[in-house]
Amino acid sequence: MKTAQGIPLDYYIWLSAALFAIGVLGVLYRRNAIIIFMCIELMLNAVNLLLVAFSNYYSDASGQVFVFFIMAVAAAEVAVGLAILIMMYRNTKTTDINILNKLKW
Amino acid sequence: MTLNLFYFLSFLGILSALLVVFSKNPVHSVLYLIITFFVIAAHYVLLNAQFLAIVHVIVYAGAIMVLFLYVIMLLNLNQEAEPHKSNLIRFAATISAGLLLLVLVGTLKGTDQMLVQSAAPVEVGLVKSLGRVLFKEYMLPFEISSILLLAAMVGAVMLGKPENIKK
Repeated sequence: MKTAQGIPLDYYIWLSAALFAIGVLGVLYRRNAIIIFMCIELMLNAVNLLLVAFSNYYSDASGQVFVFFIMAVAAAEVAVGLAILIMMYRNTKTTDINILNKLKW
Repeated sequence: MTLNLFYFLSFLGILSALLVVFSKNPVHSVLYLIITFFVIAAHYVLLNAQFLAIVHVIVYAGAIMVLFLYVIMLLNLNQEAEPHKSNLIRFAATISAGLLLLVLVGTLKGTDQMLVQSAAPVEVGLVKSLGRVLFKEYMLPFEISSILLLAAMVGAVMLGKPENIKK
Protein backbone atom coordinates (compact mmCIF):
# COMPACT_ATOMS: atom_id res chain seq x y z
CA MET A 1 0.00 0.00 0.00
CA LYS A 2 1.52 3.25 -1.08
CA THR A 3 0.91 6.96 -1.16
CA ALA A 4 0.28 8.77 -4.40
CA GLN A 5 4.03 9.20 -4.92
CA GLY A 6 4.83 5.51 -4.58
CA ILE A 7 6.32 5.68 -1.09
CA PRO A 8 5.02 3.01 1.30
CA LEU A 9 3.17 4.36 4.33
CA ASP A 10 5.35 2.24 6.62
CA TYR A 11 8.37 4.36 5.78
CA TYR A 12 6.64 7.45 7.05
CA ILE A 13 5.63 5.62 10.24
CA TRP A 14 9.23 4.63 10.86
CA LEU A 15 10.58 8.09 10.10
CA SER A 16 8.08 9.71 12.46
CA ALA A 17 8.82 7.16 15.19
CA ALA A 18 12.55 7.86 14.83
CA LEU A 19 12.06 11.64 15.01
CA PHE A 20 9.78 11.27 18.04
CA ALA A 21 12.31 9.03 19.80
CA ILE A 22 15.07 11.56 19.10
CA GLY A 23 12.88 14.24 20.67
CA VAL A 24 12.35 12.10 23.78
CA LEU A 25 16.09 11.40 23.89
CA GLY A 26 16.80 15.13 23.84
CA VAL A 27 14.34 15.84 26.67
CA LEU A 28 15.94 13.14 28.83
CA TYR A 29 19.54 13.80 27.80
CA ARG A 30 19.94 17.56 28.07
CA ARG A 31 19.58 19.86 31.06
CA ASN A 32 19.37 23.17 29.23
CA ALA A 33 15.71 24.21 29.27
CA ILE A 34 15.88 25.83 25.81
CA ILE A 35 17.16 22.63 24.21
CA ILE A 36 14.38 20.72 25.94
CA PHE A 37 11.87 23.14 24.39
CA MET A 38 13.36 22.56 20.95
CA CYS A 39 13.08 18.81 21.41
CA ILE A 40 9.41 19.19 22.31
CA GLU A 41 8.96 21.07 19.02
CA LEU A 42 10.69 18.19 17.28
CA MET A 43 8.21 15.71 18.78
CA LEU A 44 5.25 17.86 17.69
CA ASN A 45 6.66 17.91 14.17
CA ALA A 46 7.08 14.14 14.08
CA VAL A 47 3.39 13.77 14.89
CA ASN A 48 2.48 16.40 12.29
CA LEU A 49 4.40 14.55 9.61
CA LEU A 50 2.56 11.33 10.35
CA LEU A 51 -0.81 13.13 10.30
CA VAL A 52 -0.04 14.58 6.87
CA ALA A 53 1.08 11.19 5.60
CA PHE A 54 -2.16 9.53 6.72
CA SER A 55 -4.18 12.42 5.31
CA ASN A 56 -2.54 11.99 1.92
CA TYR A 57 -3.04 8.25 2.15
CA TYR A 58 -6.78 8.52 2.81
CA SER A 59 -7.32 11.59 0.60
CA ASP A 60 -8.99 13.23 3.59
CA ALA A 61 -8.34 16.88 4.36
CA SER A 62 -9.19 16.60 8.08
CA GLY A 63 -5.70 15.42 8.98
CA GLN A 64 -4.15 18.48 7.41
CA VAL A 65 -6.59 20.74 9.26
CA PHE A 66 -5.50 19.07 12.52
CA VAL A 67 -1.89 19.83 11.62
CA PHE A 68 -2.90 23.44 11.09
CA PHE A 69 -4.38 23.58 14.61
CA ILE A 70 -1.33 21.86 16.10
CA MET A 71 0.84 24.58 14.56
CA ALA A 72 -1.33 27.29 16.15
CA VAL A 73 -1.11 25.58 19.55
CA ALA A 74 2.67 25.14 19.15
CA ALA A 75 3.11 28.84 18.42
CA ALA A 76 1.13 29.77 21.54
CA GLU A 77 3.06 27.24 23.60
CA VAL A 78 6.43 28.59 22.47
CA ALA A 79 5.49 32.19 23.22
CA VAL A 80 4.36 31.41 26.77
CA GLY A 81 7.15 28.90 27.38
CA LEU A 82 9.93 31.26 26.36
CA ALA A 83 8.40 33.99 28.52
CA ILE A 84 8.50 31.59 31.48
CA LEU A 85 12.08 30.72 30.60
CA ILE A 86 13.12 34.38 30.57
CA MET A 87 11.50 34.89 33.96
CA MET A 88 13.27 31.82 35.30
CA TYR A 89 16.59 33.14 33.99
CA ARG A 90 15.93 36.51 35.57
CA ASN A 91 15.42 34.91 38.98
CA THR A 92 18.07 32.16 38.95
CA LYS A 93 20.61 33.38 36.33
CA THR A 94 20.68 29.97 34.69
CA THR A 95 18.61 27.76 32.38
CA ASP A 96 19.63 24.55 34.10
CA ILE A 97 16.44 22.69 34.98
CA ASN A 98 18.05 20.96 37.96
CA ILE A 99 18.10 24.29 39.81
CA LEU A 100 14.30 24.28 39.78
CA ASN A 101 13.90 21.42 42.26
CA LYS A 102 12.04 23.30 44.97
CA LEU A 103 8.83 21.45 44.22
CA LYS A 104 10.59 18.10 44.46
CA TRP A 105 9.62 16.10 47.47
CA MET B 1 13.35 8.77 -8.14
CA THR B 2 10.83 9.90 -5.50
CA LEU B 3 11.94 7.06 -3.27
CA ASN B 4 15.56 8.17 -3.51
CA LEU B 5 14.48 11.69 -2.65
CA PHE B 6 12.59 10.32 0.33
CA TYR B 7 15.65 8.41 1.53
CA PHE B 8 17.85 11.47 1.17
CA LEU B 9 15.41 13.74 3.03
CA SER B 10 14.88 11.21 5.80
CA PHE B 11 18.61 10.74 6.28
CA LEU B 12 19.17 14.49 6.40
CA GLY B 13 16.27 14.99 8.82
CA ILE B 14 17.35 12.31 11.28
CA LEU B 15 20.98 13.42 11.12
CA SER B 16 20.15 17.06 11.85
CA ALA B 17 17.68 16.01 14.57
CA LEU B 18 20.46 14.05 16.26
CA LEU B 19 22.78 17.03 15.94
CA VAL B 20 20.16 19.20 17.67
CA VAL B 21 20.41 16.94 20.70
CA PHE B 22 24.17 16.40 20.71
CA SER B 23 25.67 19.75 19.72
CA LYS B 24 27.16 21.65 22.64
CA ASN B 25 26.39 25.20 21.57
CA PRO B 26 22.66 26.17 21.79
CA VAL B 27 22.92 28.41 18.72
CA HIS B 28 24.11 25.44 16.65
CA SER B 29 21.19 23.42 17.99
CA VAL B 30 18.78 26.08 16.75
CA LEU B 31 20.39 26.12 13.31
CA TYR B 32 20.21 22.33 13.02
CA LEU B 33 16.57 22.47 14.11
CA ILE B 34 15.89 24.93 11.28
CA ILE B 35 17.40 22.41 8.85
CA THR B 36 15.13 19.73 10.31
CA PHE B 37 12.09 21.95 9.82
CA PHE B 38 13.00 22.65 6.19
CA VAL B 39 13.39 18.91 5.62
CA ILE B 40 9.94 18.31 7.10
CA ALA B 41 8.53 21.03 4.83
CA ALA B 42 10.10 19.20 1.87
CA HIS B 43 8.39 16.02 3.08
CA TYR B 44 5.07 17.90 3.05
CA VAL B 45 5.69 18.93 -0.56
CA LEU B 46 6.47 15.30 -1.35
CA LEU B 47 3.12 14.36 0.21
CA ASN B 48 1.20 16.90 -1.92
CA ALA B 49 0.47 19.17 1.05
CA GLN B 50 1.70 22.38 -0.52
CA PHE B 51 -0.30 24.75 1.65
CA LEU B 52 0.93 23.14 4.85
CA ALA B 53 4.52 23.23 3.59
CA ILE B 54 4.32 26.99 3.11
CA VAL B 55 2.60 27.52 6.47
CA HIS B 56 5.16 25.29 8.15
CA VAL B 57 8.07 27.30 6.76
CA ILE B 58 6.44 30.61 7.70
CA VAL B 59 5.39 29.60 11.22
CA TYR B 60 8.29 27.40 12.30
CA ALA B 61 11.35 28.64 10.42
CA GLY B 62 10.05 32.19 10.26
CA ALA B 63 8.49 32.84 13.65
CA ILE B 64 9.25 30.17 16.21
CA MET B 65 12.94 29.72 15.45
CA VAL B 66 13.52 33.47 15.34
CA LEU B 67 11.94 33.61 18.79
CA PHE B 68 14.28 30.86 19.99
CA LEU B 69 17.34 32.60 18.55
CA TYR B 70 16.25 35.89 20.06
CA VAL B 71 15.85 34.35 23.52
CA ILE B 72 19.22 32.59 23.29
CA MET B 73 20.92 35.84 22.36
CA LEU B 74 19.00 37.73 25.05
CA LEU B 75 20.15 35.26 27.71
CA ASN B 76 23.67 35.25 26.22
CA LEU B 77 23.90 31.48 26.08
CA ASN B 78 26.35 31.33 23.19
CA GLN B 79 29.27 30.44 25.42
CA GLU B 80 29.57 26.83 26.40
CA ALA B 81 28.00 27.29 29.81
CA GLU B 82 26.30 23.95 29.43
CA PRO B 83 25.51 22.24 32.73
CA HIS B 84 27.20 18.89 33.03
CA LYS B 85 25.08 15.81 33.29
CA SER B 86 26.39 12.60 34.75
CA ASN B 87 27.22 9.73 32.45
CA LEU B 88 24.77 7.42 34.21
CA ILE B 89 21.84 9.71 33.38
CA ARG B 90 23.01 10.02 29.76
CA PHE B 91 23.25 6.27 29.45
CA ALA B 92 19.80 5.82 30.99
CA ALA B 93 18.33 8.46 28.65
CA THR B 94 19.78 6.77 25.57
CA ILE B 95 18.51 3.36 26.67
CA SER B 96 15.02 4.73 27.40
CA ALA B 97 14.74 6.50 24.08
CA GLY B 98 15.96 3.39 22.26
CA LEU B 99 13.38 1.26 24.04
CA LEU B 100 10.66 3.78 23.15
CA LEU B 101 11.68 3.62 19.50
CA LEU B 102 11.60 -0.18 19.67
CA VAL B 103 8.10 -0.15 21.18
CA LEU B 104 6.79 2.37 18.64
CA VAL B 105 8.17 0.47 15.66
CA GLY B 106 6.96 -2.85 17.04
CA THR B 107 3.46 -1.49 17.68
CA LEU B 108 3.02 0.29 14.37
CA LYS B 109 4.63 -2.32 12.16
CA GLY B 110 1.47 -4.00 10.95
CA THR B 111 -0.62 -0.85 10.50
CA ASP B 112 -0.16 -0.91 6.75
CA GLN B 113 -2.27 -4.00 6.22
CA MET B 114 -5.12 -2.85 8.45
CA LEU B 115 -5.95 0.24 6.44
CA VAL B 116 -8.15 0.56 3.42
CA GLN B 117 -6.85 3.02 0.91
CA SER B 118 -9.33 5.39 -0.66
CA ALA B 119 -9.95 4.58 -4.28
CA ALA B 120 -9.67 7.92 -6.02
CA PRO B 121 -6.83 10.16 -4.88
CA VAL B 122 -7.91 13.78 -4.96
CA GLU B 123 -5.92 16.91 -4.35
CA VAL B 124 -6.52 17.56 -0.67
CA GLY B 125 -3.42 19.64 0.02
CA LEU B 126 -4.33 22.71 -1.98
CA VAL B 127 -5.77 25.86 -0.46
CA LYS B 128 -9.14 25.40 -2.15
CA SER B 129 -10.09 22.03 -0.69
CA LEU B 130 -8.35 22.64 2.63
CA GLY B 131 -10.07 25.98 3.12
CA ARG B 132 -13.45 24.46 2.38
CA VAL B 133 -12.97 21.85 5.13
CA LEU B 134 -11.46 24.36 7.54
CA PHE B 135 -14.26 26.92 7.23
CA LYS B 136 -17.16 24.46 7.08
CA GLU B 137 -16.53 21.52 9.39
CA TYR B 138 -13.91 23.10 11.64
CA MET B 139 -15.31 26.62 11.92
CA LEU B 140 -15.75 26.58 15.71
CA PRO B 141 -12.27 25.21 16.53
CA PHE B 142 -10.80 27.80 14.18
CA GLU B 143 -12.50 30.61 16.10
CA ILE B 144 -11.53 29.10 19.46
CA SER B 145 -7.89 28.91 18.39
CA SER B 146 -7.95 32.67 17.88
CA ILE B 147 -8.98 33.04 21.54
CA LEU B 148 -6.11 30.69 22.46
CA LEU B 149 -3.64 32.88 20.60
CA LEU B 150 -4.99 36.00 22.31
CA ALA B 151 -4.67 34.34 25.72
CA ALA B 152 -1.11 33.24 24.89
CA MET B 153 -0.20 36.78 23.88
CA VAL B 154 -1.58 38.23 27.12
CA GLY B 155 0.19 35.54 29.14
CA ALA B 156 3.53 36.12 27.41
CA VAL B 157 3.33 39.87 28.00
CA MET B 158 2.37 39.34 31.65
CA LEU B 159 5.22 36.91 32.25
CA GLY B 160 7.85 38.84 30.34
CA LYS B 161 7.20 42.10 32.20
CA PRO B 162 9.78 43.04 34.87
CA GLU B 163 8.50 42.40 38.36
CA ASN B 164 9.25 45.65 40.18
CA ILE B 165 8.15 47.97 37.44
CA LYS B 166 7.63 51.60 38.45
CA LYS B 167 4.01 52.45 39.04
